[in-house]
Amino acid sequence: MDWLITPLTYEFMLRGFLASLMVGVLCAVVGCYVVLRSMAFMGDALAHAILPGVAIAYLLKGDLLIGALVAAILVALGIGFLSRQGTLKEDTAIGILFAGALALGVALISTIKTYALDLTHILFGNVLGVSVSDLWLTAILGVIVLTTIVLLYKEFLVISFDPVLAATMRLPAELLRNLMLILLALTIVVSLQTVGVGLVAAMLVTPGATAFLLTRRLPTMMLIAALIGAFSSIAGLYVSFYVNVASGAAVVLIATAIFLLVFLFAPTRGVVWNYFRTRQRD
Amino acid sequence: MSTQLSIHEPAHLQVENITVAYNGQPVLRDVSFTIPHGTRVAVVGPNGAGKSTLFKALVGLLPVRAGRIIIHGESLGHHKECVAYVPQREEVDWKFPVTVYDVAMMGRYGNLGWLKRPGQYDHAVVTRCLEQMRMTNLARAPIGDLSGGQQQRVFLARALAQEPHILLMDEPFTGVDASTQAATLELLTQLQHQGVTVMVSTHDLNLATTRFDQVLLINRRVIAHGSAAQVFTPDNITQAFGTRTLILNGRGSIVVDECCPPE
Repeated sequence: MDWLITPLTYEFMLRGFLASLMVGVLCAVVGCYVVLRSMAFMGDALAHAILPGVAIAYLLKGDLLIGALVAAILVALGIGFLSRQGTLKEDTAIGILFAGALALGVALISTIKTYALDLTHILFGNVLGVSVSDLWLTAILGVIVLTTIVLLYKEFLVISFDPVLAATMRLPAELLRNLMLILLALTIVVSLQTVGVGLVAAMLVTPGATAFLLTRRLPTMMLIAALIGAFSSIAGLYVSFYVNVASGAAVVLIATAIFLLVFLFAPTRGVVWNYFRTRQRD
Repeated sequence: MSTQLSIHEPAHLQVENITVAYNGQPVLRDVSFTIPHGTRVAVVGPNGAGKSTLFKALVGLLPVRAGRIIIHGESLGHHKECVAYVPQREEVDWKFPVTVYDVAMMGRYGNLGWLKRPGQYDHAVVTRCLEQMRMTNLARAPIGDLSGGQQQRVFLARALAQEPHILLMDEPFTGVDASTQAATLELLTQLQHQGVTVMVSTHDLNLATTRFDQVLLINRRVIAHGSAAQVFTPDNITQAFGTRTLILNGRGSIVVDECCPPE
């Protein structure tokens, strides 16, 4: 069992595990709504759109996470504004802001001397460089996001499942939609440190999609997704420690492997069982 | 907040000269009618006549450009839980991870308000409504596993759980089995006894004639409103259905009203 404990004796690894675990769970729970509301593109776009915020914060020697947060929320609301009242289709609005913000981010970062290294950390995360104050920020934002999701369970469920019922209930659909985008933005910003903007979409979508194949109730789906997110995060860090590969990539690869296993072998919806079932029937 | 139902109140749903637009195009123009409470109304008209648009305006989903909708003497928006809407089955995402019980419970959410969890009373109402729609044994089933008729009955149960004063059903007789159709019709009668106003859009003109108190014939505007005998005159039918009407010399007319146009 020594191999399990050895990594934990390094303080930077311990911080990495904690950050990774929190981010894994947070992404997975928020990701359930991303999967159910078909917001995967939005998640990816938001992740890339935080680059200029990070770059500006870096240039001004401010806190990178605060910069990312401001950028993500601005872009989330910008997408909501451009696609409001059906002026533009939402995916078009996302595409425009996504590309524009990404370009601005790259342009700003290219003025920085240590360009290559910093960009790599932002794109793919640097979980082993997590500081204690980063951990605190992750924990606080995580608690805010998860508490909001629990408290507004009914409202988010109804606007996602049945907008007509939401209208008869006089729910402020626009407000709730923007709130959900802000929660998504917060989650992405928190994930910046562990998986980076390039891979956060995977952490949002993959555990939720896997859980979707295993259950037919939203609370269970969130729970299963959280477990998958947590397991992938921890297992990914071990792999990264022993095999010496980038930690963010290892985490995402493990989540993807779990998804593929479930996709093939899930009890009722697995491709393999379905294949045999149809053959038996023939 | 919620207005008490009373048989003595004369008119419960009043629509005054409303114009409703969908995607910027006015679909309904200058529509007016008054429906006394506890009336079963069949809403009839060809495809694109604006039946769904009318319902969506009545629940407040589409804005009313002109005119006003008055329920219990108050403009729409002053009461929240008194109109229930049963969507067409195509409008629902059947892969969404919710069970039959979850969907029915959503009917209670409007009464609960922000941050509140369903209580004992809410669970009792949901259980009773599922029983009434004969869905008790399927309460734990995911909605994706249901047959077409069962799918419809879940949404009827949810509408009942809302304890509405006005119930709107969009095409509940399209593509369902005979027992669901019977259950739906039986429900209409029960609701009528409870003083609930029911508006049902349908392409089944026989049902509209035999099982409803009133017919509202629309095609972008109100063409006729009253008893089936008053509404279904050759003249009105030609106005509503145009070239799809066949007038038999002196012996009446035949309407070919297809429900689902080939896409």
